[in-house]
Amino acid sequence: MPPENENEMASPELSEHPENETSRSYKLLRRRMILLILLATLPPLALMTVLNHYQYQKALASEVIQPIQSLISKTKHSFELFMTERSSAVSFIASAYTYDQLADQDELYRVFQVMQEEFGGFVDLGLIDASGHQKTYAGPYDLLGKEYVDQPWFHEVLVRGTYISDVFLGHRKFPHVVIAVKHHCQNRADCWVLRATIDTKVFENMIAAMGLEPDGDAFIVNNEGVLQTSSKYYGRVLDPLPFPLPPPVYRPHVVEMSDSLGHEVLVGYTNLEGLPYTLMVVKPQAEVLKSWYTIKGEIILITLLSFGVIILAVVRLTRQMMRHIEESENKRKMAYHQMEYTAKLASIGRLAAGVAHEINNPLAIINEKAGLMKDLLEFTQDFPQKSRFLLLTDSILNSVERCRTITHRLLGFARRMDVNIVELNINEIIREVLGFLEKEAFHRNIEIELDLSQDLSEIASDHGQLQQVFLNIINNAFAAVDNGGHVHISSWEMDPEFVAVSIQDNGQGMTEETMRHIFEPFYTTKKGTGTGLGLSITYGIVKKLGGRIDVKSKVGEGTTFTVHLPKKNKDMTE
Amino acid sequence: MGQWNVMLVDDESDFVDTLAERLRMRGFRARAVTDGHEALALAEQDPPHLMIVDVMMPGLGGLEVLKRVKKTLPDTRVILLTGVGSTKEGIEGMRLGAFDYLMKPVNIQVLIDKMHEALVDGE
Repeated sequence: MPPENENEMASPELSEHPENETSRSYKLLRRRMILLILLATLPPLALMTVLNHYQYQKALASEVIQPIQSLISKTKHSFELFMTERSSAVSFIASAYTYDQLADQDELYRVFQVMQEEFGGFVDLGLIDASGHQKTYAGPYDLLGKEYVDQPWFHEVLVRGTYISDVFLGHRKFPHVVIAVKHHCQNRADCWVLRATIDTKVFENMIAAMGLEPDGDAFIVNNEGVLQTSSKYYGRVLDPLPFPLPPPVYRPHVVEMSDSLGHEVLVGYTNLEGLPYTLMVVKPQAEVLKSWYTIKGEIILITLLSFGVIILAVVRLTRQMMRHIEESENKRKMAYHQMEYTAKLASIGRLAAGVAHEINNPLAIINEKAGLMKDLLEFTQDFPQKSRFLLLTDSILNSVERCRTITHRLLGFARRMDVNIVELNINEIIREVLGFLEKEAFHRNIEIELDLSQDLSEIASDHGQLQQVFLNIINNAFAAVDNGGHVHISSWEMDPEFVAVSIQDNGQGMTEETMRHIFEPFYTTKKGTGTGLGLSITYGIVKKLGGRIDVKSKVGEGTTFTVHLPKKNKDMTE
Repeated sequence: MGQWNVMLVDDESDFVDTLAERLRMRGFRARAVTDGHEALALAEQDPPHLMIVDVMMPGLGGLEVLKRVKKTLPDTRVILLTGVGSTKEGIEGMRLGAFDYLMKPVNIQVLIDKMHEALVDGE
């Protein structure tokens, strides 16, 4: 049985609002609300986090980074100054002296002595002629007569004029740096090169002079990432640096990273102007910084957690709110339709009552006139066709009786609108309702089987409302069966307090899913024609009268509605 | 027992005249009146045993006629005629002292039976 009663009074306009459109608009509204609330809450939180991060950066800069930067800057300058001075000294000698002067071993030795006194840091000094031959040499090693013509640095100095080497061991077997300067010359044969060596111990001394804290480390690496001075943590001179070189910068720069040993460190560094070296300072992250790190981590965690909680809360609250709105909207609609339905019934009722009254008076006149005709016939002697006249007047009187039944029924319908608890017999109501439906049953050849208990107690209830209830249910049964279907109606005493009526059809039946929803307002299987209100109104009436409705159904076999009604009305007994 | 004096009051003369004639054919002395005031005046001149009064009448309604008759002619029985479904007025009429009420259109036999009941009751 389709769960929808549809008598002629129910308004069909609800079918014009497809349910999915409503649910789509609710979904849209929900999405917008969530978006709006999230937009109002999350950006401030994000902004706070960003500000906090900025604060952290500032604190970091003032507490840790700036001191490192200024230290590097100072050392860079002294380093550059040291190397510029040395290379200027060598350049000056190469310009001021002639080849012949420097080719004199004693003179070269004297110049070397002066250099050591004035500048310091030199290990030796040598003159190399155009063919790469060590002409003279002043220093502790036996390098006189060495040939450098095949050495790459020799060619580089001839081309560029000046050459500063990486740190290397070379013939001397200790780390040193070479500064080589070419004498200005017109042709190749006139060229010669002055070459000085600097002990890198000077570098180590300069680094030591930085006055780093015990856990700090500073060193110089060349552009290939080879250590030019020993490092406390990352190897000795000429070992490769165990982590990649950061991109070159010429102003002190500090980065946070974890080194090859897995320590969180701050690395400050700068490339040295005109020199193939990078000065690096490595500091483990100070305790202050560590607490800052913890706070930073906590803030990020709290922010993410807050984001999660806010999103979850907003989504859940919005969903809950939307459900409430939807429910109350449905209730409102239901109430509105019930009101509309009631108002319609009331106006039809008034119309029916008016018509019945108007018809009643002429009907009474016809009744009396025909009655008088019959009286006159009966009081007169026999005349031709007297019996035929009698039959005719009887026929008129019978028709009046039929009209009377109709007006009674119309007025009965009108009275349905007033809630009126009276002692009544359920069987009579069922017969009345069937009176409304007998034409349809006849045309559709529906067999109605009545099994009404003869000694059913009278019950205190509302006549009109019960008519409505049984009209709805029997109408549904009619809608469920095919032409020639079968509807079985029975009534019986349930217990001392209740009577029961069941309406059983052999129609199409319902699925469990449908059965779960049939009493919900706006649920209908009569797509396009049902309001989904019939059974929900029925349910409401029965509940109001203190009864209940049970439904049993099986797809393909039919449906049974059982209405239980109390014999005593609550309001009347109170 | 002489002839029963019966007065019929209904604004619909077609109805009331015909019914009066039918009652006369059955041995009642029946008068038909179509106005409440006129009915009260005639009843005072010649008090009827029984009045059959329509509830719905223009001017003086049936219930008002009933009230006044009960005051001036306490021995006169009154049967009310109501439209179908006007049970309320019928019940109200019985509270005011009507013997009973019947719904129009009324079956003549039902009416005669009710009249006898009322007249015997009034004896």
